[in-house]
Order: sequence, then structure tokens, then C-alpha cells
Amino acid sequence: MSDETGLNVTRRQFLGTSTALAGLAIAPGVFLTKVAHAGDTVAATEKNRWGMLIDTSKCATGCNDCVTACNKENGISGTHGPKTDAQWIRKVTLTDKQTGYVQSLPLLCQHCENPPCVDVCPTGASMKRADGIVLVDKHTCIGCRYCMMACPYKARSFIHEVLHEQKTTAPRGKGTVESCTFCVQRVDANRGEPEKSKHQDPACVEACNASGHKAMWFGDLKDPNSEIATELKKHGGQQLRADLQLNTGVRYQGIT
Amino acid sequence: MPTMQTSRLLSSLLTAGVLALWASTTFADVTGLTIPKAKEMANPDTKCIKPVEDMRKNHMQYLLHQRDETLREGIREEKFKGESLKECIECHNAPGKDGKVARVAEREHFCNACHSFTAVKIDCFDCHADKPANSEYRHPLGDKMMTSQSGFDSKQLLNQPKLDPVAAKGDKKP
Repeated sequence: MSDETGLNVTRRQFLGTSTALAGLAIAPGVFLTKVAHAGDTVAATEKNRWGMLIDTSKCATGCNDCVTACNKENGISGTHGPKTDAQWIRKVTLTDKQTGYVQSLPLLCQHCENPPCVDVCPTGASMKRADGIVLVDKHTCIGCRYCMMACPYKARSFIHEVLHEQKTTAPRGKGTVESCTFCVQRVDANRGEPEKSKHQDPACVEACNASGHKAMWFGDLKDPNSEIATELKKHGGQQLRADLQLNTGVRYQGIT
Repeated sequence: MPTMQTSRLLSSLLTAGVLALWASTTFADVTGLTIPKAKEMANPDTKCIKPVEDMRKNHMQYLLHQRDETLREGIREEKFKGESLKECIECHNAPGKDGKVARVAEREHFCNACHSFTAVKIDCFDCHADKPANSEYRHPLGDKMMTSQSGFDSKQLLNQPKLDPVAAKGDKKP
């Protein structure tokens, strides 16, 4: 079984060589990557729990700055109107039918400690990070929308159409579910920045402060010295649908 | 009924195919494919954060392990400086001299140049931006970046003559 070309290979030899080559090609990438990165982590940890406090008495009716800022930061633009457009944050107006008292508040993903969207997800795409931020891993999201049905706050949106001009910091695409991320790209950037004065708030909070209403605070609920934790300890904050015992990360003041 | 000659020819072709993939240094030569150049050589020795041969073979591995850690654990720039899809795009798909940026559907797009040729469909850019957010960006090249994670030494590779599939096959033969 040999010839002058030197290309004589039995089936067994061929399979053996191919498998060995495949092993050589795959193995280094799998193992050495882990070794090279060992002990070099800046991961989100359970030391923090990110949360938001919204004072509805300061939130102005008709002001939409938080929504506009969110859309700009995360590259959300309308396609076919509010029925299908993605909304990471929306303004809700509450009117007391008895007294006629009108109040306005922003509603977004409440970043629950026990998120129903995570419970129902069949693929594990809907997930909560160690620091309490609830996200969708669009790499594994199959677009079934169970999480949208499970969420009591209607905080999630489904992308129905092909998108083109996504932001580098906020990947979004057709066939997946998405919601507020607390501007996770900013939260992670802050972690690598020791100076607190340089920390960036999420886009909505930044815009609310810029507008002068100052109705929103963002911070670490587990840090007793943070502005948000101090304020919550002093004056308390209400959960939306507290009866569901989800322990939301977003708290409200002034809802009557 | 296939003759012995035919089956020999088939197995030879298959082996040659496997080895051609293995000896990926010759990829561009074999196919005549023109791959868009990065906007500049990041470093005279490596050109990229990893040797070209390593990147051609392993780029999907680097991106895959990194995406889960980034999304689920929040490990971003510090650990993966130079390794993210964002940074690949910023260097390799930078605007040309006319200021135009190739989009992913076009042949001139860095990723699409090879992927359309090899008919490997990627859906990265269904969600991710296919053009740089900051075309002035240059990724840093620390010591970590100079040696490959998969055991390649970039300097050695550069000094070696290009691999020839037939010769390489001869070497592997027991």
C-alpha cells in the first residue's frame, strides 16, 4: 500500500491524524487562556448592589429627559410607534380618580433581587449579575418572551425588526428581549476608576440632574455611606408591588 | 464501484485539505483572497495583539470565552484590553482615506472578507456595531499581549519560512 506520490494514507491513519490535529488546534485555546488570566479579575461582585431611588414629587409632568437620554445612550430609536418600539424606561402618569391628583414617574426595570424574568427563562439568558443588575444575555436569548409575560412591571421589550445603527456599548438585535441595564457599561467603567468624583451615573439619572429636577439617585444599596443608602435609611422608599416580595432595586418616594 | 485509485485520491485530497487548514499561514496565498489591512501596524513584531496565524485559527475562541465573562461577570476593558470585538473593529475596520467605513454586508468589511469567502455565516453584527465608535482609538500593547495564549511565539513565527502543505505533511508522517 504505497505509491510514488507519498500520499498513501489508510482510513485509520487518516482519522488518527485528523483527530490529533483537531485536538492540537482546540486544546491550547481552551486551557492556556484560563491560565493566562488567572488571578487577574475585576468582576462584578456581591459586595455591591446597584439601586435607584426616584422621588416622584420632584419628577415633572411632561418632562421626558430621562427617556431621551436613555435612548441616546443605548441607541434606541423608534420604528413603528409605541406599541412595538423598545422602551427601557417610560414615563407613567398616575391620576387619582377621587381627588384628581396627578403624578408622574419614570418606570424601568426594577432590578429585583428575586427576578421573575430569570425564573421563567428556559435558556438561562435572563440573568442577574452578582451586583444585582438584571440583564439579558442575547447570545443565548431565543426570543420566546416568557420573561416579558413574567415581569410585573412590563419592563422588557422585544426587538421585532433588523437593527442597523447599534451603539458599540449597547449591542441590540432582532429576535431578542431587552430592558434597562442600569447603563451597565458605565457601572463597569466606574469599577476600574478609583476616584468617586469621576464616576458616571446612568444616562437617565444624569439627564434628570442636568434638567434641574434631581428626582433620581443611583448608587450602591450595600454601601451604608452612599447617598442613596443614607436617604433610604432616613426617609425610606417604596417598592412597586411590594406584595410580590421581589425586593426591587428601584425604590420610589412620594407615590400617594 | 470506486477503484483503489479513486479512494486513494479522495483520502489524499482530504488530508491535503486538513493540512491546508492547519498550515493557515498559506491561507491568503492559496485562496488569492485580499483581506483588508488594519489601519496601522500596532507593533512591528506582532502587527496585532496576537500573531496573524494564531488569530486566524483562534479568534473565535478568544471572543467566545470573553463574551460570557464580560456579560455575566462584568469583566471588561481591564482584563481583556485589546481583546474585545469592539477593539478588533476599531483597528481592523477603521475608516479609509475617503472617510468611508465598510459595513458588514460589504466585501471590504474586515470580517466579511474571509467569512463570505469561506461561507461561514456569523451573526455577531446582528447585534454588535460593525463600525468603530472611536476611529482615533489605539489599543494598548502590554507585555501580556506580546506572547500568544496558545503557545505561539510571534518572533519565531516571523523568522520561519512559510509552511508548505506537502512538506508539512511529509513531516507528520510516522
